[in-house]
Amino acid sequence: MTTQTMNDERPNGPVASALVAAGLGSATIGLMTVLAEASATIKNALNWWAPAGPLSGKTSLGVIVFFVSWIALHLTFRGRNVRFSRAATIAFILLVVGLLATFPPFFELFAAE
Amino acid sequence: MSISVREGWTVLHGMLFGAGFLLAFSGGLVGLYSLREEWMTKEGVKERLTKLKIGLWASAAIAWATVISGSYIVYPWYRLQDATSPRSILLANPQTAAWHTFGMEWKEHVGWLAPIAATVVAFAVSYYGPILAKKTGERRALAIFFILAFATAAIAGVFGAFINKVAPLQ
Repeated sequence: MTTQTMNDERPNGPVASALVAAGLGSATIGLMTVLAEASATIKNALNWWAPAGPLSGKTSLGVIVFFVSWIALHLTFRGRNVRFSRAATIAFILLVVGLLATFPPFFELFAAE
Repeated sequence: MSISVREGWTVLHGMLFGAGFLLAFSGGLVGLYSLREEWMTKEGVKERLTKLKIGLWASAAIAWATVISGSYIVYPWYRLQDATSPRSILLANPQTAAWHTFGMEWKEHVGWLAPIAATVVAFAVSYYGPILAKKTGERRALAIFFILAFATAAIAGVFGAFINKVAPLQ
């Protein structure tokens, strides 16, 4: 019974942190996709591994942001309860930003002349 | 009957990893949806949860394997600068160029959202354990994330299949 009560009180901070981190990672991939389209300099800078081209930098940066922000947010909110609906909404919006910014007709709007 | 190394990796990437994730999705979503305390006994929740955790972590691992093998093994062959690479073949013909400029450009980016979303769903289910059955809002948010993971993987998978049909990697 005690264990069950303790489980019921498990703070939601870690899950909210993970969801927001996923949103940040996704939005980063989207943002890098747009920036690479808009600037040849950024596109070259994202070419971390030549055989895969700029895709290597865009996606690696997104994955790094995902894991680093997850660790940072987890350490900040691990013992705390947050407003879960707000965190989930932020995470969802960031995920949609990632979806939209990786859609070719959208990121091609920013294509360099 | 033979298969080249490139064809073999394409099959591994798309038909085993990618299709594996898409198949695992339905089981994971049903598991998440039905994990409700009003529908199950405590023992039922515990029993279901063990399978759900294994399934979700396996799905996340397969999703990572799909995007890593796709971007770092198959994609470099696809985009080789010689005239016989699938990218060159598609772009050489105005009628097939959109398979690259739209299909491949979308697939190569959006597919990476799937493992990220799938990983946090697996983490959240493992973290909450049986009490997730009592948390409607959290379960709903996780289901949305998992559906988005599926949707992005499906976009990548469908375009991958079509592109490999129009300009096969050989």
